Amino acid sequence: MIEIKKFPSLFRLALRRSVFLVCLGLCGALVSATLVRFAPGYGVEERELDPRWSASSVEALRRQQALHQGLPSFYFHYLSALAHGDFGESDSLKRPVRDLLRQRLPVTGSSVLRGLGLAWLSASLLALLGLISRGWLFEASAMAFNSLLLSLPSAVVAMLAVHLRTPVFFAIAVVVFPRLYSYIRNLLLRAYDQPHVLAARARGVGSHVILCRHVLPLAAPPLLALLGVSFAISFGAAIPIEALCDSPGLGQLAWHAALGRDLPLIVNVTLVVSLVMLAANFFADLAGRTIAEGAP
Amino acid sequence: MIRRVSVVLSLAIAFCCPAFVAAQSAGQSGGELHFCLHGEPKTFNPLLVEDGQSETIRYLTGGVLIRLNRQTQALEPGLAVSWKVSEGGRKISFRLRTGLHFSDGTPFTSEDVAYTMKALMDPQLHSPTGDSFRSGEGQIAVQTPSADTIVVTFPAPVAGLERLFDQVAILSAHSPKKEMAVLGPFYVADYNPGSYVLLQRNTNYWKKDKEGKPVPYLDSIRLDIQRNHDIEILRFRRGEIHLINSLDADLFDRLQKESPAAAHDAGPSLDSEQLWFNQVPTAALADYKKAWFRSTEFRKAISLAINRADLSRIVYAGHARPAYGPISPANHFWFNSALPAPQYDSAAALRLLARAGFRFDGSTLRDGLGNRVEFTVITSTGNKPREQMVAMIQQDLSQIGIKVNMVTLDFPSLIERITRTFDYEACLLGFTNSDIDPNSQMNVWLSSAENHQWNPRQSKPATAWEAEIDRLMQTQASATSDKKRKADWDRVQQIVAEQQPFIYLINRDAMSAISPAVIGSAPSVLDPHAFWNADVLRLGLDPSLGAQK
Amino acid sequence: MKPLQKVAASILCVIFVLTVVATFLMPAHYARQFRDIPNAGPSTAHPLGTDALGRDSLSRLLYGTRVSLLLAPAAALLSTLIAALLGSAAGLLGGWFERIVLAATDLSLALPWLFLLLVVRALLPLDVPPLVSVVIAFLMMGLLGWQASVRVICAAARGVRDSDFLLLARSSGCKPVRLLLRHVAPNLRPLFYAQFFISIPLFILTEANLSILGLGVMEPMPSWGNLMRGLEDFSALSANPWRLVPLVLLVIVVMCFQLVLPSQEVTQ
Repeated sequence: MIEIKKFPSLFRLALRRSVFLVCLGLCGALVSATLVRFAPGYGVEERELDPRWSASSVEALRRQQALHQGLPSFYFHYLSALAHGDFGESDSLKRPVRDLLRQRLPVTGSSVLRGLGLAWLSASLLALLGLISRGWLFEASAMAFNSLLLSLPSAVVAMLAVHLRTPVFFAIAVVVFPRLYSYIRNLLLRAYDQPHVLAARARGVGSHVILCRHVLPLAAPPLLALLGVSFAISFGAAIPIEALCDSPGLGQLAWHAALGRDLPLIVNVTLVVSLVMLAANFFADLAGRTIAEGAP
Repeated sequence: MIRRVSVVLSLAIAFCCPAFVAAQSAGQSGGELHFCLHGEPKTFNPLLVEDGQSETIRYLTGGVLIRLNRQTQALEPGLAVSWKVSEGGRKISFRLRTGLHFSDGTPFTSEDVAYTMKALMDPQLHSPTGDSFRSGEGQIAVQTPSADTIVVTFPAPVAGLERLFDQVAILSAHSPKKEMAVLGPFYVADYNPGSYVLLQRNTNYWKKDKEGKPVPYLDSIRLDIQRNHDIEILRFRRGEIHLINSLDADLFDRLQKESPAAAHDAGPSLDSEQLWFNQVPTAALADYKKAWFRSTEFRKAISLAINRADLSRIVYAGHARPAYGPISPANHFWFNSALPAPQYDSAAALRLLARAGFRFDGSTLRDGLGNRVEFTVITSTGNKPREQMVAMIQQDLSQIGIKVNMVTLDFPSLIERITRTFDYEACLLGFTNSDIDPNSQMNVWLSSAENHQWNPRQSKPATAWEAEIDRLMQTQASATSDKKRKADWDRVQQIVAEQQPFIYLINRDAMSAISPAVIGSAPSVLDPHAFWNADVLRLGLDPSLGAQK
Repeated sequence: MKPLQKVAASILCVIFVLTVVATFLMPAHYARQFRDIPNAGPSTAHPLGTDALGRDSLSRLLYGTRVSLLLAPAAALLSTLIAALLGSAAGLLGGWFERIVLAATDLSLALPWLFLLLVVRALLPLDVPPLVSVVIAFLMMGLLGWQASVRVICAAARGVRDSDFLLLARSSGCKPVRLLLRHVAPNLRPLFYAQFFISIPLFILTEANLSILGLGVMEPMPSWGNLMRGLEDFSALSANPWRLVPLVLLVIVVMCFQLVLPSQEVTQ
């Protein structure tokens, strides 16, 4: 059992790491700001090609773009506004970034969580079935199915999802599932073949008891680590899939921001995505480490 | 038992009949039209409209003084019963309809028109709509002698003045709802960003149909925000949306095979695709390349060597016509029908090039200095027809020994190269013309202007023919009659055909998809192709649609 | 080698040989347009039919296979080298350096790498030959794809760090660079090979994804990705099933790679 006195140190570790994560996230946001600012096509708008604009209007447009010219001043204003909870305004959509994020994050979050849940459920079930049955036909079919899914480019999965009218989370599950299945299967197999488990099996202990009392606790730390990593993978996969499926989530927003060189939007989307991915990996590490330390 | 069954059946029929009758009569009026916008509308203020989505909403909600009938291409009275242009296009006076109200009940008077015009012509306001009216320095003068008359005087004559009012949606000077109070057939009832815009019928709309019944017939229009064209056509096939305003040729073909009744090709539109060479003298190009691009024979030879018929047949599946000039043949009045038709003749191209000092050895073309003729065409990423056209042009020009490379760039990078850095050799892009009157292209043809793409912002015309075009532009802008302007524009088209600064390739057809459930549609070549007459559209029953959504 | 692995390896060899001799097998140049027969079905002259511009699909498939199969290993090599260097150094040195490397790895996964690819494309000079731009595209993928392997290599290097021979080397005054190159790297070589071979199918898939988005290999040069852009029209697939051949080939090759390789950890 985890000792009670370890909680304060865990709490301190969590706090330190969270601060580190936030700083890292901000670094990521500022790196993408630099990238966008110096990318070709920054400050240029499609409406410059519209011949209906007069020369003075085009000049006014260009002067407006010059407001973002200085990168250090952008950093400064961005960080100070962020401290007040102001994420700035999107250049292309002309709306506060906070509203856009508030609207889009739940859509992506929901797709990611449901996709991840479905992937974990199916991967675990399939792995457990394989473990229990141990038949070569089942193993071969499962491996073939897994390989097939792993070989499909996620863009093709997205196109299939659009055509078959399946929700976005299903496409995410299809992309994440093969990456989980073989790992979970190997983990469970390794745990199942441990000497003490073999001994329990030899004594005739029921398979359910073996699974719950011996196999799962052994496999729990790396599985928790996998949970964090798989969350990061799902989130990463969600972005191009949402852009291709035209789902109104962060992915489509990120793609639109990249194409439109929308500096405030890209910076904030990168910040959110970095924080989520870093946090997922961190909590997975932490949980794994805690359980490993607390295990008898 | 049988009696019980028959009672139940009769009751069922009795319940269904009214529903059926209601559905039938719903086919006569009411219902919600569904279609898609390809992005978020940037603004609901009609004076600031610059993107296609906002323009769609303005078209459906804005009340205008004069309406251009998209089918007949003639001007019709809107909020103005009559109008008169005088002083050679400097002054226009309107007599307005009386007894009208905005969608929120605020009365409509000439004060609202004055307010709108003053706001539009405010020098601080930068919008395409306002800029179209800016013919000279100075302020406009607006007089409202009565509640139903208004006189607007511009500082200088405005070419095609009346037609420009089709874009000016009148705002209320007094309504607390500001730009959300409208005079058009619909008003914005709900906007869910990223998802949809809902327009409801404006019960205060002034128009009535031939039988005197108020229009619009539709209860509402729902505009879903859908960027992906493949998803849009999938939804159309499933009956989730009723129309697609503008279809690409390959999607049109797919639809035509499955439901020919839904696919409509209204004929060549005003839009064109063209190729041009960078003629900016300060561009970072090798001098010999600059010499090629500035040579008229070189450009004309390239134009002769491109097989436009193949481009329209293969890339657009026949839904495009070869183009040769800035004005599409669909523009009946302004098109110069005396222009020679585009030709495809590689031998003639080679003869022209020989005259210009180029040598063709059977496989490679070289210039007078021995340099191999090779250049790169840039175009926008993700536009399949353009990529295919460049691939076909590569093959066409390889037959006269020219090597063409293709580079696709995302739009901002492309625009930066063609408007700021001029770091490119040739570019293939399309232009959308929403206005019949070519005066809207003034900034393309004036050598000092921004959109004179091959060599913009010239301090003085670099060539004699550009000087002549500048002169013709000034003349037509101040001409008192359309007939005189037409003569000027005919000459401009002739010069463009002789000099080929833009090598026009094709005019796309105006293709749209309209469900058979939509009654009263009459697709036009002018935008909006499929719903220009939204106020008289009805929804009928269509088995493929299921329940009207 | 298990029989299944042998079969997979033979399939890969056959496909590899086909790509090398592609030039002799192609019915026509991959860019040549037979404009009278666009979107044609299979025939003796064009065994897999023609595409929308009348270009022979089999030629484009053979050439595209060459592009994807020969350049993906180049990208994999680059990414493995970067991951090997970073991961081994991080595992060996440990402490704050390791934490920074792992954090930077996680962070770079979150950065808008699609945007970076857009930018690189836009920055390339326009007169770069198409083949060079393709090579650059794959190299960019290699430069951006190292994150997957770093954690695995770092963990392995951490394990080696505490081994006896390394303690001995360190106590005899061996500098960190020499430790890395002479002692750690050779011990991790099997892992590097494994990561290299694991990365190859990942880069094949990445290129396919990018080309479908329009960011990969530029027309008219074919690759698996831009051959699969034709799959957008699903309704036409039932009438023209031969258009699925590039996807089927991609799936077969990637599956064969997975069967041949050691079982992979979840690293991406």
